[in-house]
Amino acid sequence: MGMLEEPWQLSSDVALRTEPFGALAYNFATRRLTFLKRPDLVTVVGGLAAGANVREVLVAASIPTSQWPAYLTALESLAVAGTIQPRNQTELQKEGANS
Amino acid sequence: MTLVDERPTVAPVARPTGGSLLDQFELGLNAPICLTWELTYACNLACVHCLSSSGKRDPRELTTKQAEAVIDELQRMQVFYVNIGGGEPTIRPDFWHLLEYAVAHQVGVKFSTNGVRITPERAAFLAATEYIDVQISLDGATAEVNDRVRGAGSYDMAIRALENLSGAGFKDAKISVVVTRKNVEQLDDFKALADHHGATLRLTRLRPSGRGADVWDELHPTSAQQRDLYNWLMKAGENVLTGDSFFHLAGFGEPLPGLNLCGAGRVVCLIDPIGDVYACPFAIHDNFLAGNLLHPGGFKEVWQNSELFAELRSPQTSGACTKCQHFDSCRGGCMAAKFFTGLPLDGPDPECVQGYSEGALKQVGRSIPAASQDHSKPSKSKQEPVLLQLGMLSPKAPPVHGCAESPLAGFNPAAI
Repeated sequence: MGMLEEPWQLSSDVALRTEPFGALAYNFATRRLTFLKRPDLVTVVGGLAAGANVREVLVAASIPTSQWPAYLTALESLAVAGTIQPRNQTELQKEGANS
Repeated sequence: MTLVDERPTVAPVARPTGGSLLDQFELGLNAPICLTWELTYACNLACVHCLSSSGKRDPRELTTKQAEAVIDELQRMQVFYVNIGGGEPTIRPDFWHLLEYAVAHQVGVKFSTNGVRITPERAAFLAATEYIDVQISLDGATAEVNDRVRGAGSYDMAIRALENLSGAGFKDAKISVVVTRKNVEQLDDFKALADHHGATLRLTRLRPSGRGADVWDELHPTSAQQRDLYNWLMKAGENVLTGDSFFHLAGFGEPLPGLNLCGAGRVVCLIDPIGDVYACPFAIHDNFLAGNLLHPGGFKEVWQNSELFAELRSPQTSGACTKCQHFDSCRGGCMAAKFFTGLPLDGPDPECVQGYSEGALKQVGRSIPAASQDHSKPSKSKQEPVLLQLGMLSPKAPPVHGCAESPLAGFNPAAI
């Protein structure tokens, strides 16, 4: 089921700034700003790195399962924008850089 | 300080949640999305439309230590990038140091320059540094059009800077153009020039701010030109940057790409060379002064708690404009443009594309607010642009002879 079982995290080039409406996500590498328009989505994105996979993060953030498809769609578009990245990918990159 | 005394006071209400992002932006953010920081009022040029009436350095200019402290605070507030300008920022001796300091503190920089210090060496440094954007100002696609506004030699200076940047491998510099009645016909040429230098074109609106107030009547695009500009921008889409400054044109139909709202004190602001914080880069006037960042609480206190900014973030009354079917697109236009043309802030923009400001602009007794500061150099230099060039002697005039008609023939004040 794709992303749900995978470990993800905020991209290493991205900083999150919380705002009353949600958060700004700034990508220092692409210099692009994205807006997270729901505080719950900010909790999920901010919590990605702490969860074994996305499912665990959604549960920890108390997101009702009925809303999971909407969250997954939002996360997928954040992945396309480079705001979040799969965690194993960076680990592999690091290993590659160290070898 | 209040912006408009006649505005009804609105009791503070709990911030609504949800709604569009624009609605949320109008209520203000914890920190600006980006801010403009004029590092100095000193400038080697004296452009006729300078927003900050720059020329002379203000002796109270922030010191290097104070400027570093500002950057530290911007980092803490997570202001991810600043637009640095002036004056000509690169003539501050600590400019390159501050640039490196900002980048090292996660504050990306885009700086505007006329190109005077963009030597091949500096260009190489810029190409090797991350998170830096360079914006070269150019107000004509030809020397003739540009130099009339920015001064003799300024076109060549800008082109040399662009060549140095591309020569050093600097990617994607910006060419920043203030659109005027004289250069609006050159939009395609500007685009070609940008493409030629591997640069991105950025067009911004002529504001009647600073010295711009003196030339606005003569230089702002005509209504027919505004329509052409709108069509051109719609066609160019996101390939041309605008700093979101043409939202008043949204009244023609479809909104332009970007933010279509006045961000003053809500998502943007301006820090001037002495640390005064204004609502926006086009509003350097006492009426839009929110505070000074050298005071206790620093920039954060001004941004989050100043009376002026609270007022700008409160629901605004937009007068007659709210009845217009295009109000949702243009939201009444630019506050600074209205203010500096002496129009009421709750009425239409002076360049309202539906023509609703024409009557007000023609009104006898419309009073243009006096500038609250002027940093222009007192004496005119040879390079200084003069818009009205009446009967000037050509420098290639034949040698003066004994019976020359004018008693001042051959008299060159600059040579004395």
